[in-house]
Amino acid sequence: MSEVTYLEGIRQALFEEMERDPNVFCLGEDIGAYGGAFKVTEGLQAKFGASRVIDTPISEIAIVGAAAGAAHMGMRPVCEMQFMDFVSNAYDMLTNYVATARYRIGLGCPMVVRGPSGGYVRGGPFHSQNPEAAFFHTPGLKIVSPASAADAKGLMKAAIRDDDCVLFFEHKYLYRRIKEEMPAGDHVVQIGKARTAREGTDVSIITYSATLWKALEAAEIMQAEDGVSVEVIDLRTLLPLDDAAIVGTVRKTNRVLIVHEDTRTGGIAGEITARINETCFEWLDAPVLRVTAADVPLPYSPPLEDYVLPQTSDIVRALRRIVAY
Amino acid sequence: MTLTREQKLELYYFMRLTRSLEERLVNLYRQTKVIGGLFRSLGQEADAVGAAYALDKSKGDILSPLIRNLGAMLVRGAEPTEVIKQYMAKGDSPTKGKELNIHFGGIERGFVGQISHLGDMVPVMAGVTLAAKMRGEDRVGLVFVGDGATSTGAFHEGINFAAVQRCPLVVIVENNGYAYSTPVAKQTAARSFVDKAIGYGIPGEQADGNDVLAVYDVTRRAVDRARRGEGVTLIELITYRRKGHAEHDNQSYIPEGEIDRWAAENDPIDRFVKVLRAENVKASELTAIDDRVRTEIDTATDVADASPMPEPVEALRGVYANQANVPPLWFREDVSSAVDSHERASGWGTYDV
Repeated sequence: MSEVTYLEGIRQALFEEMERDPNVFCLGEDIGAYGGAFKVTEGLQAKFGASRVIDTPISEIAIVGAAAGAAHMGMRPVCEMQFMDFVSNAYDMLTNYVATARYRIGLGCPMVVRGPSGGYVRGGPFHSQNPEAAFFHTPGLKIVSPASAADAKGLMKAAIRDDDCVLFFEHKYLYRRIKEEMPAGDHVVQIGKARTAREGTDVSIITYSATLWKALEAAEIMQAEDGVSVEVIDLRTLLPLDDAAIVGTVRKTNRVLIVHEDTRTGGIAGEITARINETCFEWLDAPVLRVTAADVPLPYSPPLEDYVLPQTSDIVRALRRIVAY
Repeated sequence: MTLTREQKLELYYFMRLTRSLEERLVNLYRQTKVIGGLFRSLGQEADAVGAAYALDKSKGDILSPLIRNLGAMLVRGAEPTEVIKQYMAKGDSPTKGKELNIHFGGIERGFVGQISHLGDMVPVMAGVTLAAKMRGEDRVGLVFVGDGATSTGAFHEGINFAAVQRCPLVVIVENNGYAYSTPVAKQTAARSFVDKAIGYGIPGEQADGNDVLAVYDVTRRAVDRARRGEGVTLIELITYRRKGHAEHDNQSYIPEGEIDRWAAENDPIDRFVKVLRAENVKASELTAIDDRVRTEIDTATDVADASPMPEPVEALRGVYANQANVPPLWFREDVSSAVDSHERASGWGTYDV
């Protein structure tokens, strides 16, 4: 076994799935000879040819719509959004067509829409967004957002094999910063199951994607400085949420902090808070708190971006407030 | 490409079936048995029927209709019973009451139910035909859009992508004069829709949409072109929408006399009857077809009317491929068991506390 990056995990998944199933194909902007803006699809076209790794016009509606049509025919398309910020162009196609096709007329859309999301990279307002909440509200879609290299690979393989449309939010900050041993063989991670990234007894953090690593840092600090045992849950799948894992950790520690990089208002943390309120009220010893980005477009300059996005120190401060109850 | 006498009589049958079925739906609408709106294709039967007839069932060709292409769906094998059940929102309708009017059908049936967002089916059909091409299947796709849909980004992106990929796709723009109340002159500054083909680098053809044989011919040429691997064709069919956007639309925006003129001088069925009669088809043969249509629609109406409405809980099913448990709406249940069943369905009850 060797260490591979988060990006390489996704690349491996694409290679292996295209090799395993001739129905899998990729389409997106600049994904062919160039290998994609972040090189996730590098080498793919050389191996599988231009008819299975299709360079498209700058047309997110066409990419997603054509993927849906091909999926109806039994293909397994994987669409790349060059940046996940651009998926908003295809919002209509995803929410009105793809998400409803099975329910309305029994036509499934086994397809993946993947691409880099997230900030911490000084990308500015249009290359750093976390648009998951815009789709979280749409029945018929699934949303996956891995934090580790092994999950990036295992969940991508599961997403390609899934019979529904999976929106796969990769985190560009993690692409080359996260490296880990990749499990051998056909490594598939089940969609819909959260992971306990760190066991703890005093307070729970529920999070996903890049902020998982900040949550783990905060947990270390709380253990070292305050003697507080923090449990960290990595959701991995956002739609559907793993209710059992959420309820399990809340009933175990009785205190919970939800952390995500997306903006606060209408963010996924609000839904998790509501579910905890409905089912765990008697188990709570403190209010459910959230650490999220501020409700602003993501600014460019480092001091501004750092101020807006959740930092480890924010998480520590919130945890201390919770354990003080 | 010359049609036989039998084929021409079949075209007549499908046009008559389309018109009579919609007339029956109007009756049912007035009896409040149709749920929601009712959309007519009066005066446009030739373009839907003629275009669909140019596809080949035996090769698995696929079309995506619009609301005014009931005739195309009937040609492809949709049953009047299904259509009436859909309009009545019945539980055993093709979509089990989940979808409206003629929004139904699947790949295996040769027609794909559309969504209401105009233009969206162009990218979807680009993908359907791209898949056929990738697999080396000898299948052609056809997508109908109206004049209004040509103003959408989805139309442009879909046709451009399909053109680049040389997908075996026929795009038919039905120019029927109005998108809801908006006349073509307010829809586009282009001289005609067929001119848009130049911008995509594909062939474009224009035809009289109220002449069923002309529609068949122009579509058949495009289908053959697609099947030969020559890619996308844009066809503009000139027709006219004699009814409003839907049955509730009073058409107050239409210049006086315009509808009457089209009805008197350019009815697609009247025109085709003249053609058939000139080719020595007897009036009695046409009457026999009319009678057959009436009987079929009577039977379909009885069957659909007697069908059950859907069970409410059906509304929760079928969102995902493998939908194990749908958490019930606990606030709709007996309070004593509500929380328990809610938790069990969510998998929460399995947790030891």
